[in-house]
Amino acid sequence: MEISGAEIVIRCLQEEGVEFVFGYPGGAVLEIYDAIFKQDKFKHVLVRHEQGAVHAADGYSRSSHKVGVALVTSGPGATNAITGIATAYLDSIPMVVISGQVPTPAIGLDAFQEVDMVGITRPCVKHNILVKDVRDIASAMKKAFHIATTGRPGPVVVDIPKDITLARAEFHYPQSVSLRSYNPPAKGHPGQIKKAVNLLSDAKRPLIYIGGGAVLSNASNQVTELVKMLGVPATNTLMALGAFSGSDPQNLGMLGMHGLYEANMAMQHCDVLIAIGARFDDRVISVPSHFLSSPKKIVHIDIDPSSIAKRVKVDIPIVGNVRDVLDEMLALLRQTGARPNAEHLANWWKQLEEWRSHNCLKFDANSDIIKPQFVVQTLYEITGGDAFVTSDVGQHQMWAAQYYKFNKPRRWINSGGLGTMGFGLPAAMGVQLANPDATVACITGEASIQMNIQELSTCKQYHTPVKVINLNNRYLGMVRQWQEFFYGNRYSESYMDALPDFVKLAEAYGHVGMKIERPADVEPALREAMKLKERLVFMDFITDQTENVFPMVQNNRGLSQMDLPPHMRHLQQGTVAKERDYGNLS
Amino acid sequence: MRHILSILLENEAGALSRVVGLFSARGYNIDSLTVSTTEDATLSRMTIVTSGSDDVIEQITKQLNKLIEVVKVIDLNESDHVERELMLIKVRSTGKDREEMKRMADIFRGRILDVTEKTYTIELTGESSKLDAFIEAVDRTLILETVRTGASGIGRGERILKI
Ligand SMILES: Cc1ncc(C[n+]2csc(CCOP(=O)(O)OP(=O)(O)O)c2C)c(N)n1
Ligand SMILES: [Mg+2]
Repeated sequence: MEISGAEIVIRCLQEEGVEFVFGYPGGAVLEIYDAIFKQDKFKHVLVRHEQGAVHAADGYSRSSHKVGVALVTSGPGATNAITGIATAYLDSIPMVVISGQVPTPAIGLDAFQEVDMVGITRPCVKHNILVKDVRDIASAMKKAFHIATTGRPGPVVVDIPKDITLARAEFHYPQSVSLRSYNPPAKGHPGQIKKAVNLLSDAKRPLIYIGGGAVLSNASNQVTELVKMLGVPATNTLMALGAFSGSDPQNLGMLGMHGLYEANMAMQHCDVLIAIGARFDDRVISVPSHFLSSPKKIVHIDIDPSSIAKRVKVDIPIVGNVRDVLDEMLALLRQTGARPNAEHLANWWKQLEEWRSHNCLKFDANSDIIKPQFVVQTLYEITGGDAFVTSDVGQHQMWAAQYYKFNKPRRWINSGGLGTMGFGLPAAMGVQLANPDATVACITGEASIQMNIQELSTCKQYHTPVKVINLNNRYLGMVRQWQEFFYGNRYSESYMDALPDFVKLAEAYGHVGMKIERPADVEPALREAMKLKERLVFMDFITDQTENVFPMVQNNRGLSQMDLPPHMRHLQQGTVAKERDYGNLS
Repeated sequence: MRHILSILLENEAGALSRVVGLFSARGYNIDSLTVSTTEDATLSRMTIVTSGSDDVIEQITKQLNKLIEVVKVIDLNESDHVERELMLIKVRSTGKDREEMKRMADIFRGRILDVTEKTYTIELTGESSKLDAFIEAVDRTLILETVRTGASGIGRGERILKI
């Protein structure tokens, strides 16, 4: 029996077991929306802005390991989705975005609401497809899901002209796809894995450096077993928090631009580094030449060959799915019993503990003003490290990453690669829908939250009781910090003179609002909010406006040359940024 | 260093722009690019002449391989290969220049395709450097127009790029 292209789209989504489609209707997708009206296998979530749809699909995916699906109309609907798509692309999130397109005869005529979606998204998708025949919809959709989820995951856009959704064809959903030009690697090379194991047993100062790939390939158990079996230290990137428990003593914590002192020192001074699904990017290792100036042997496990040897040369590249490679490595370690020398390891731990003893995250706990760090720490304590936490971008994001110790993977959800302000709230919505009974907190700033504040309305409609934790410093805090450090305290356009009354705003959207101004009220307020299980609670924490994120690695400095918090200035190598005279910095 | 990359890709709308977009987005050089279908109509073959350090060429190759529609990539420089480019060049050929032009075309094994009272249109094939040499050899003021295809390359002997 022939059915319409729109119905075919719906059937494909059903075949893929999609639970939620996040979207927003418009002219080019009206056929598809009509077909949605007539089905009840998946739920459609009507967002308030298409960017919100894509971030929600993204948060849904990150927290559940399923594919996120978004549906937008042509033209402005499609362009509104771009930031969301780019966000997912830079963090390798499996996602299928369906966009409407003007009818095929109108393509290229500057028709109403026409944009070249395939052209616009090309640099920020894993792949995209313009469907030109109703008979190709099913195979395009199958291909899209296949490509999005295999190899290094990523977003795929399927652009469907309106006349194609009206045309009719038989529906056959392909059981499998094979693409001659696309064969992502799986198993790592056994010879390379053996070499890596040998290298580990010779190591004096080994370190395991865990990246987002460990989360994406669900390799948390393998990573944990490896670290435990070897008794070695581990550090994780912003994208990998929770892949190895944040409260484990072998975890040195996050590394990078705002990484912990002990983690960055270990990264600089290790002699054997095992990089697992990480990519040595600029926010992690800063200047490659400085990073390599302390000699080290590097094993790099990654599914994407282009991530290997992109910024640093490595000694043992292993291309493969992180999880499969680690399984093989663990089997070999079990079989051979190869381990690093205990005495060397003990010496290394002595050094690591010394670095750790400075407690680089110490902050003024007796302040009269609420310290943002204190809010995150309290949230951690009362949720036991088990909550899902999304964040936006800025200082609050870094404090969330530093002070919330994630014990499980897929609990920390943030835009690491693109650094998208406005990600947190819609992502939290998606997380909550994927995990209806879980505690979901969105740690945000007063600037970021306003970038997608309209999604409070969606949260109301779909009963997603997110706990919004607004660390309100009235500043574009991260911008202000750079201006303080590098631009002689010239706070150019980083202060918000006018802000909404967030309590009233939350109430206007039908939620509970709270304003918290004193440190003593932080814990009681958080506990009260957690009790309101069915309600979204918007908590406006009035925090210290002058607080800075430490440690900090300046752009042009090495990892071990951090700017340290005041209580560690005696360890500072070189001058602290704000005490130096700066020319232009990028 | 100059490298010649040969790429087999799906003969699909948009595949070419993905390759070109990759080069511009990542700041890689394209000195020349040629593309056409192969004996298998579902495949196109592209030759890109680019330049960069070994690290850059390695990245280019890896990034090309990541494109879903790219089936295979080889760097022809890795072993012996032949390279040809076609140039059509229109030159002023009057008076004493007429005989000189004819002589130059002969030396470079060019063929004169079109003749008017004042011009010759010459076809030349060879390595790109040979075409450059021809342009160098003739008096610049006599060159009216040139059009070049960009290099195409193929491995020597048994080395074959096929799926
Ligand atoms: C969409 C977008 N625009 C601009 C930026 C640059 N940016 C990074 S952090 C930041 C300030 C964020 O302010 P806020 O949300 O209040 O967080 P805070 O740093 O104060 O904690 C800005 C403007 C960005 N990351 N994303
Ligand atoms: Mg702020």
